[in-house]
Amino acid sequence: MQYTKRALLKGSFALMALAALPARLLAAAWPEKAFSAPEMNAALTGLFGTDVLTASDQITLKAPEIAENGAVVPVSIKTTLPNVESISIVVEKNPRPMVATFEIPPGTLADISSRIKMAETSDVTAVIKTSDGLYSTARQVKVTIGGCGG
Amino acid sequence: MASTIKVKTKLSDDVATVKSLMLHPMETGSRKDPDSGAIIPAHHITQLIFTNNGKQVMVANFSTAVSKNPYFSFSFNGAKAGDTLNISWVDNIGEKGELETQLK
Repeated sequence: MQYTKRALLKGSFALMALAALPARLLAAAWPEKAFSAPEMNAALTGLFGTDVLTASDQITLKAPEIAENGAVVPVSIKTTLPNVESISIVVEKNPRPMVATFEIPPGTLADISSRIKMAETSDVTAVIKTSDGLYSTARQVKVTIGGCGG
Repeated sequence: MASTIKVKTKLSDDVATVKSLMLHPMETGSRKDPDSGAIIPAHHITQLIFTNNGKQVMVANFSTAVSKNPYFSFSFNGAKAGDTLNISWVDNIGEKGELETQLK
């Protein structure tokens, strides 16, 4: 009897500890497989399980036509597609093409901006995951000085 | 120590726009030390998380290809003045940064 009581207590402590975990620890794990992949297809498969993208004109990808400094390339992505779950930035010719992926919970707008590094002139692809599948748009950014080492 | 995070927020009706800047070297792991020629190990933010009043509003996963001192902005609905926005990052060697601010 005493034993069960202790087990119950232990159990409730464990539950309390779980409830007290800050929200950040409950975020999905960092997708290492996608980020370490040396090719775009493998990077997409690592993150989404497929590399099949549907081109969409409902995605706005803003990036400079020519980036003088590949170490700092401003990129903005927004979309009018419904039920967006995540936005990802992929640079095909980077040593590791997956640059960043942003999880969009309900209530958060599908509209993000950041600054990325580009090793050389490449297509920059915005990949939008919605509840219906994967959509993308791409544009080329010419890089005069690479930003990934040297 | 000064915070590693700078943030600006703007409320327009119930939409909050968050502009943030993290102080971080974002080393790729492929750069060489110009003096010794030794490779500088990768050191980069992996996850950047925003919560508003405890509710997760954004999780950003970064590779080494996000620029040094990362800039990131986004917007979310359902915000009001006085809400507590918490920003935290963690990097690949376990270092952390955190900042809390009130929306206004």
